[in-house]
Amino acid sequence: MTKTLGFFPGGLKLPGHKKRSTQTPIRKTPLAKRLTLPLQQHIGSAAIPIVEVGDKVLKGQQIARADGHVSVCLHAPSSGTIIAIEDHPIPHPSGLTAPCITIETDGEDNWVERHPVKDYRSLSTHEIRQIVRDAGIVGLGGAGFPSFIKLNPGVHHTVETLLLNGAECEPYISCDDMLMRERADGIIDGIEIMQYALRAREVILAIEDNKPQAISAMELALASRPHLQNTRLVVVPTRYPTGGEKQLIQVVTGKEVPSDGLPIDLGIVSHNMGTAYAVGRAIHHGEPLISRIVTVTGKDVPHAGNFETLFGTPISELLTYAETKREPDEAFILGGPMMGFSLSGDNLPVTKTANCILAGVDDVAPAQEPLPCIRCGDCASACPASLLPQQLYWHSRAKDFDQTRDYNLFDCIECGCCDYVCPSKIPLVSYFRFAKTEIMNQERERKKSDLARDRFETRQARLEREQREKEERQRQRKAALAASKAKKEQQEKAAETADADNKETE
Amino acid sequence: MAIFRMSPPFLAGTNRVTIQMLQVIFAMIPAIAAMVYFFGPAVLINISLALTVALLAEAILLKLRKRPVKPFITDGSAAVTAILLAVAIPPLSPWWLTVTGVLFAIVFAKHLYGGLGYNPFNPAMVGYVLLLVSFPLEMTTWLPVESLADKPLDLHSAFQLIFYGQTNAGWVADTVSGATPLDTMKTQIGQSIAPAYIVNQNLFGSLGGLGWEWINIWFAAGGIYLLYRRVISWHVPIAMIATMFVLSGVTYLFAPEITGSPLFHLMSGGTMIGAFFIATDPVSGSTTVKGRLVFGAGVGALTYIIRVWGGYPDGIAFAVLLMNMLAPLIDYYTQPKVYGATK
Amino acid sequence: MLTAVIALTLLALILGLLLGFASIKFKVEGDPIVDQIDKILPQTQCGQCSFAGCRPYAEAIAAGEVDINRCPPGGESTIQALADLLDVEPKPLDEECGVEKPKMLAVIDEQRCIGCTLCIQACPVDAILGAAKHMHTVIADECTGCELCLEPCPVDCIDMVEMTPNPNTWRWPDPSHVQLERGERV
Ligand code: SF4
Ligand code: SF4
Ligand code: SF4
Ligand code: SF4
Repeated sequence: MTKTLGFFPGGLKLPGHKKRSTQTPIRKTPLAKRLTLPLQQHIGSAAIPIVEVGDKVLKGQQIARADGHVSVCLHAPSSGTIIAIEDHPIPHPSGLTAPCITIETDGEDNWVERHPVKDYRSLSTHEIRQIVRDAGIVGLGGAGFPSFIKLNPGVHHTVETLLLNGAECEPYISCDDMLMRERADGIIDGIEIMQYALRAREVILAIEDNKPQAISAMELALASRPHLQNTRLVVVPTRYPTGGEKQLIQVVTGKEVPSDGLPIDLGIVSHNMGTAYAVGRAIHHGEPLISRIVTVTGKDVPHAGNFETLFGTPISELLTYAETKREPDEAFILGGPMMGFSLSGDNLPVTKTANCILAGVDDVAPAQEPLPCIRCGDCASACPASLLPQQLYWHSRAKDFDQTRDYNLFDCIECGCCDYVCPSKIPLVSYFRFAKTEIMNQERERKKSDLARDRFETRQARLEREQREKEERQRQRKAALAASKAKKEQQEKAAETADADNKETE
Repeated sequence: MAIFRMSPPFLAGTNRVTIQMLQVIFAMIPAIAAMVYFFGPAVLINISLALTVALLAEAILLKLRKRPVKPFITDGSAAVTAILLAVAIPPLSPWWLTVTGVLFAIVFAKHLYGGLGYNPFNPAMVGYVLLLVSFPLEMTTWLPVESLADKPLDLHSAFQLIFYGQTNAGWVADTVSGATPLDTMKTQIGQSIAPAYIVNQNLFGSLGGLGWEWINIWFAAGGIYLLYRRVISWHVPIAMIATMFVLSGVTYLFAPEITGSPLFHLMSGGTMIGAFFIATDPVSGSTTVKGRLVFGAGVGALTYIIRVWGGYPDGIAFAVLLMNMLAPLIDYYTQPKVYGATK
Repeated sequence: MLTAVIALTLLALILGLLLGFASIKFKVEGDPIVDQIDKILPQTQCGQCSFAGCRPYAEAIAAGEVDINRCPPGGESTIQALADLLDVEPKPLDEECGVEKPKMLAVIDEQRCIGCTLCIQACPVDAILGAAKHMHTVIADECTGCELCLEPCPVDCIDMVEMTPNPNTWRWPDPSHVQLERGERV
């Protein structure tokens, strides 16, 4: 255990509410009749289906391939038949639909042939990345960024530190906590592979001090592998949002990721504990990512706990399995109470990024009319990014988007600390999300209109050229005509004169 | 089963505008009690009058502006404005003085600018300055502290003085009022009397003005309570007090003939109420951390300058209003360094 | 009283000077005005403004010949932006030119298309692909929704469809409009 080096400004001490879901071991969610798998469960381009309706698939069989560089594959979580490849509601705050593959399970749960790797050191780092990509592994902490990309330090960077994020700072969520308690060895398998692939000089496992059991489990697992060098566990103080990638880096190393840069610019790569576990499974067992641990908790969930759930399982079934008191179609929160979003609809599937399902929050934010901002500055002192939320709010509300950029809107990590402390109860984060998506939309439209302008101008130029060419041709034709006419005339004249001459000579 | 808002966060802290304002009022109670002790129950009459007028005016204006009345009237900001103004006005002022000041503060300084959160100037101070400029005489004649007066004024005669201008016994306000210590200091320095000699008169106590020193101490105590409850941040009051202390200290060292001691300045007039209760008004002040230091320092410096070289005995109100004008500029130039900023 | 007045005047002076200085020092060197106007126009190139495209309209605005409220695809926000840029009062959209509509996309019914190439000639941004006697198709990313291709089509096989929002382009709603409806039951 080493002392942390840094500290981030702002942040909150929040009631954890984690005990509720850590009383029972991880349970397996029963196999659902139908599994619905959105083609895009990660950041980047959607995967492309490689199966057709009616195909029989086996558990772990690839059913969609990665499209382009920032994308990952998708696998059948259980054996069965593909019954649809079409738009289906997805768990997204918009409530929109997106292309999904639906599998009707046959209950056999038959595995496809797996190819475990005996000794990962026999693989090249490139091969490891390929396996991770083909296993469909994405960051399981919430954002869902394809993990293989973060296993590639690139040519210009050497990786100083591999940072394993086990902070899990948001209230209620406990899936990483339980994973560390129960499967510490599996996680460390993955960490070893990641360290090997990245050739990282040191590995730091960061865990918040409100998870003593997870800490001791991880310490024990680490102690059993004396060959692991330069690997240490750092216990970080419990404070929201320590688990934010940038904040954790600041706490552990004292460094700040530059605004326009990435952690790799500091020689740091960070991964989530769950991701490390998935990498271990993919290499040592040949298993693609087809399930994850989901925390189901909340005031209305008497049997709260953590559930190993196949992707595509309807969230409603998971809630029912956890004996949630709820009406059909009643809304719930996906993610934590600070950064998640509320969803309703029983038809939504569990996806790769679904870390927590929350039904019933204890100190719920009342839906009330906000008062005006009194510029008390409480929000600014709570902001871990040292922004001025009061100014951002002012300009977002006035739709003064250029100003919001001047006040660094895009450095906002949407942690919600400002919102939480605001005495006027202004939904600050909603304003920031609104402003961000508006700006991105404007950007898109501007790109599109630039493209249209270019194409219009090119076309205009082409038309003009064609016009000119046409005129030119016409002129030439006319000229040619005129020339030949003139020639003819001349000839005639010549003939005439000749005639005259002749006459004269005659 | 719970009610959710549309987007995260779904958790909310317990911080509320109303609670903050109530805390502010609560923190003023000891100092108000001290004022009652020194100036008699007239203070209480003023406060009740100001409160009634302020809340009525607030409700009517909200109605006129078609705003929901309940959330805004219960936010407590009008009450704070009323109390701040009431304690700043001389206790035996005629009722119309208080009413005019409060109405001006609420109607013009607050609602014409858009109500809570939109007023660029501190409403209480706008009201105060209006009165000071329009009725300089009434505004600068204070009751002498009770121990100096021949007879203490009871509630009944205070009431009569405020509303009818005289008591049954035939007193008029003028005969019982006099100049404040700050005022005396100013006039007598003007007559080239040495400050060290001035403070020996019985209008002065061991620290500042007699009575005033206790009022200041209790306002400071209330302020410390607010700091402890995190209703206000330390930046404005500390910057203001420190600046006043340094400025008056330096002047006192080099030109003792023109200024009272630093302690006298901190413990007289409205220094402590200004530092902890007036300059800390978030709406019209600066909102960044560095900006608050600048803002507080500015208020401290201007107050001292007005006290010593300006035309008025006390300068808190002017200083606060002047700095209010500068607040947006200060905010603009004191933005904190954002996480990851490379410059 | 006098001191206060003097102090205020002085302060106002100083502030004015500061602001003036700042505005000179931080002045942005801008593009020529026509380019700036053209940047604001949506580049739909539909001609509803009665000019042959956005650029000519921009030139006419810059020359002060026409009003700024003649672009229906740009709608209110474009008018507002133009008003800000040119420092004039915004006006409502000129109804003569058309009405503001959601963004549309042309789709050619490939079954019915006879490959006459008339639409290709009409499209101002070359967003239609196809050759004579072969069915045509619209490049969705490049179509501006100007509707100029509808008219020439002899078999009416082009339809305008509303662009469907997808999760990647979805926008969070403006909280100041939804405040009252806030508070779903959970
Ligand atoms: S916390 Fe709320 S009221 Fe205070 S400055 Fe921030 S946005 Fe305004
Ligand atoms: S949501 Fe954004 S502005 Fe608010 S505290 Fe978090 S980072 Fe700061
Ligand atoms: S109406 Fe608007 S979009 Fe259409 S051509 Fe004119 S300026 Fe361009
Ligand atoms: S395809 Fe039709 S609607 Fe689209 S840009 Fe071309 S002409 Fe306009």
